[in-house]
Amino acid sequence: MQRFPCPFCGPRDETEFHFAVEAGHARPEPAGAVSDAAWAAYLYEAASPKGTTREVWLHLTCGEYFLLTRDTLTRAVNASEPLPGVAP
Amino acid sequence: MQRYSALSLLRQGLAGHKGWQSAWSKATPKPAYDAVIIGGGGHGLATAYYLAKAHGLTRVAVLERGWIGGGNTGRNTTVCRSNYFFPESVALYDLALRLYEGLSREINYNVMLSQRGMLIAAHTPAQMEICNRIANAMQINGVDGKLMGAAEAAAKVPLANTAPDARYKLMGGIWQGRAGTARHDAVAWGYARAASALGVDIIETCEVTGIDVQDGAVTGVETTLGPIRTERLGIAAAGATPGLMAHVDVTLPIHDYALQAFVSEPVKPCLDTVLLYLGTGTYVSQSDKGELVFGGGLDRVPTHGQRGNLPVQEAVTAGLLEMFPAFGQLRLLRQWAGVVDVVSDSSPLIGPAGPEGVFINCGWGTGGFKAIPAGGWLLAHLLAKGTHHEISRPFDLRRFAEGRLIDEAAGSGIAH
Ligand SMILES: Cc1cc2nc3c(=O)[nH]c(=O)nc-3n(C[C@H](O)[C@H](O)[C@H](O)COP(=O)(O)OP(=O)(O)OC[C@H]3O[C@@H](n4cnc5c(N)ncnc54)[C@H](O)[C@@H]3O)c2cc1C
Ligand SMILES: [Zn+2]
Repeated sequence: MQRFPCPFCGPRDETEFHFAVEAGHARPEPAGAVSDAAWAAYLYEAASPKGTTREVWLHLTCGEYFLLTRDTLTRAVNASEPLPGVAP
Repeated sequence: MQRYSALSLLRQGLAGHKGWQSAWSKATPKPAYDAVIIGGGGHGLATAYYLAKAHGLTRVAVLERGWIGGGNTGRNTTVCRSNYFFPESVALYDLALRLYEGLSREINYNVMLSQRGMLIAAHTPAQMEICNRIANAMQINGVDGKLMGAAEAAAKVPLANTAPDARYKLMGGIWQGRAGTARHDAVAWGYARAASALGVDIIETCEVTGIDVQDGAVTGVETTLGPIRTERLGIAAAGATPGLMAHVDVTLPIHDYALQAFVSEPVKPCLDTVLLYLGTGTYVSQSDKGELVFGGGLDRVPTHGQRGNLPVQEAVTAGLLEMFPAFGQLRLLRQWAGVVDVVSDSSPLIGPAGPEGVFINCGWGTGGFKAIPAGGWLLAHLLAKGTHHEISRPFDLRRFAEGRLIDEAAGSGIAH
């Protein structure tokens, strides 16, 4: 069992966490000016990198979303931080 | 090509098995090809075979970074079926099953297709309703499938848990009689041998490291064995496809996850169908060697590492023992994982992508072994003609921008 660090609760079992989305998926605005392709890209596309990745995860137990930097090949976790503007 | 038959087996047996030739020739890259395929899994090898067989294109190379069949094609649990929901999916997966049905004879290689039938078992009235809906859809789509009641279903799986305190009681389910299993390695090796016999170059330990593009069209690939020129590039690299498409600035609607499989020690025949329990998500079949081959859901951590995590191992094994308490006596022989390319709508991506001349066949996720003949057939069509076959058209990448998703997670309730 791997343990992931929640910035609010500390290290917890991986089963307490849920992957949400790769970081940096900003919702395109304004809606009226967004093309179908750009909207589809926002909804569905992912880089799925092999190696370092930055992702938004949910700690199901405390209900907080946060940023996890980790390696998708080795599974090593490099950093865990609250979303911008959220105090830990 | 040396033909295989009972007579050739007898003859070679009498001669001490010294006269067998290697099944396919180990090729080295030529400077240029009419078509290059990245990925020596089932889909890539089938593509090469159908390019040569159905379209007469033989200046073709398959480039494989490791050994052929070393990816998911050699790592899967070999369940073949076409019990999907949407007409587009049924057309696709049933084309595959029909091609599988004639494959051993066509390529003179026994892929050991065993149509022992598959039961998707339900445990609640709500699940029975879903099963009824899928069985109806299958029949409307012209595929064999029927709703099965509790008694008939129980007779198919004699060791299943029918104790009064069983957590998941068998209420019945969907039965597809033409579903079953095939030998995964044989599918890769058989297609490789048949393609090689038609003149295709199968090049192992050749990793593609870049894609060359000029004026918006593909001109070749960079590989660890040097550059290779081609104006037609097929990509069938499963979980590695997003990384390859990044070379040409195309981002795909794919997440890569690990999917695990498990094999028990061999025992005498005790299960002669494929069984999936909706309640536990675990599925199981018995191999010809007697091992129980089983698996379940994805590891929910995106990864490129071909190994599984412990919580899923526990959940899948617990699911198996809930279904068959007697299997608790067995020891686990092996466990492994493959990196599967899961698309947002749980359906594959087939069609042109990025520069002119590039076509992809990926996103099969957890269920593309059953689709190998069709994936190869359709990618070969695209490479040869430059346009879609009517069965692949709905699976074009454009479906996301057009809002025409083929959501089999919602349709047939596949878990992933
Ligand atoms: C544990 C497990 C169980 C499964 N069970 C089933 C099942 O019961 N039924 C079913 O239908 N499906 C199942 N699947 C899914 C199925 O295995 C896959 O969908 C299918 O095998 C994909 O075939 P492929 O040819 O596209 O990919 P692969 O067989 O993975 O082939 C892709 C090849 O591309 C090569 N490659 C990648 N990058 C490069 C590069 N840069 N240069 C050169 N070569 C490259 C890889 O080495 C690999 O050999 C399962 C998968 C797993 C992991
Ligand atoms: Zn927390």
